[in-house]
Order: sequence, then structure tokens, then C-alpha cells
Amino acid sequence: MRMDLIQPFINSADAVLAQALQSPISIETLSMEEEAYRRKGIAAEVALTGEIEGRIIFDADLAAAVQLASRLAGVEVSETNEELVREAVCELANQIIGNAVTTLNDQGFHFHVRPPTQHTSEQGSRSSEDTEALVMGFNTSSGNVFMNVALRHHRRQTLERSAVAG
Amino acid sequence: MEKFAPVKRSEDGQPVRYLIVDDSVFARKNLARMVETFGGQVIGEAGDGVSAIAEYERLTPDIVLMDITMPQMEGIEAAEKIVRDHPSARIVMVSSVGYQENIVAALQRGARHFVQKPVKPEVLYEVIKYVMRDDGTTARGAGAGA
Repeated sequence: MRMDLIQPFINSADAVLAQALQSPISIETLSMEEEAYRRKGIAAEVALTGEIEGRIIFDADLAAAVQLASRLAGVEVSETNEELVREAVCELANQIIGNAVTTLNDQGFHFHVRPPTQHTSEQGSRSSEDTEALVMGFNTSSGNVFMNVALRHHRRQTLERSAVAG
Repeated sequence: MEKFAPVKRSEDGQPVRYLIVDDSVFARKNLARMVETFGGQVIGEAGDGVSAIAEYERLTPDIVLMDITMPQMEGIEAAEKIVRDHPSARIVMVSSVGYQENIVAALQRGARHFVQKPVKPEVLYEVIKYVMRDDGTTARGAGAGA
């Protein structure tokens, strides 16, 4: 497990969610993914390409998603307004993952982030031998939020670059 | 939401006209709500770089708030194309992806400033004032008859 790849996502989720909710959050669970990811509520997926490849699923249970949408929109959002709630979850995923990608790029990892898409299937892809996958569960004042980070780091490319630079 | 002194165009005292470009409808609405608290007027929205260029040509806004990561054409490329044809265009990049390389690329291609998401209204407000000041537009006090 490359914690240096994972830590920016934890830090970013902490900062972005705490700002959105105006209250502290905590990590409740942290586990390696063994089976295909099962969606918990309203979810968004972001793909990464380049030196680091993979995908991140940001997932909030319905109550949390509705509260997060209300906080972000600045007005009360009803759970019947599902499209707006999904949009809010996508935008939060974009902010959390974008901030983590910023940190990793500034640390020297070069890769690209794709726009978030709504993740509506019940299951995500299984982790594979060369993909590090971790499920983080965050406890917030609005409910539970999950992030599934499945990344593959192209070590050879990095080593080659280091060799050229050195 | 916090109250801000309206930013007006100095030449005619009219509200600053914005084009908001982001693939997220939610983000566009949030930014629209924010700039309206600055006394601005949202005259158009676009969800990707290609539409942004077309909307700029059609509307000639005072400021473009431009996301970077978007489908079809990304924000930096769209900003470059707009500025190439309209050198005085004021484009502010607004993105969650704010690594140094990206910021430098955006500024080199003609963007005036960069604001990282999540956007804090007070930060965006100062950036808008700064960018508008380039061309003589001033921020007016809330009680100054604006």
C-alpha cells in the first residue's frame, strides 16, 4: 500500500467536507478492497490517467448526500430532487479529488483527471493485482461518506524519469 | 451569504457581465449565486470549452469564469483560443485542480487569474476586483448609490 498516494485523498476529503459542512469529520473505517465495490448511496466516479491510473468513487448515503447538497447550494434541497443531489455529489467528488490531484502533481506525480461521472451501477470494478484499492469511511455531522480509491502507479516510468534526471 | 460592495463597470456604472463555464450545472449555479452577491449579472453559461468559445463570441462578457477539467475541450485550451481572438478578454480559471504546472499553463495562455475550488466568496470577490481594476473598473461601496 502506497500511503503517500492515499494520504492526499484523506487530507482533501477532510478539508473539503469540513468546509462544506462547517463541522469536523473523522475517518471511521479504513479497509482494503477485496470484492467489487458496492455503492452505498449517491455516488460519483472520477478516472485518472497518466503516471498514476485508476479511479476513485465518492459515495454518500442518501441522508448525507441531501444535507451536503443543501449546504453547497445554500438552500434546502429535498431528497426528491435527485438530479440536484447527484450533481452536488459529483461536484464534491470533483473538489476532493481535484485537490488531492493537485497535491500529488506538486509532489512530482504527473497524471490527468477526467471530469466526474455519476456512478449508478450497484457495483464498481474489482481491484486487480496491480491496483491498490482502499475504502475509507468518513463520519460527518450529516451522515456517512465513503471513498474508494483504486490506483495503479507506473513505477517503471517514474524510475526511467529519475534515471534521466539523475 | 456575505454582503459585498457591488463591483460595477467604471465606464457606464452597469453591473459586470459574466459568462460562467463549468461542466457541472451545480457548480455553475453556485458561482452564479456568488457573483450576483457581488452585484454582477450572469449573461451566459456553458458546459464545455467549445460552447464557451461560441458563447464568448455571441455575448462578449466582461469576465469569464472558466473551469479546467471539462469534456470535449478543456478550459485552458478554450481560454487560449478566446484570448487569441480577443486579447482583452478577462478569463479567471476556477478549478479544483490547481497544481503549479496547470496554473502556469493557464496564465501563459492568457488567463488573468486562478481560483481553486472549493471557492471562497471573499477570495473570488478580491480576484474579480483585481481583474476588473486592470481596465479601470472600480469596486463601489454598498451605500454609494450603486
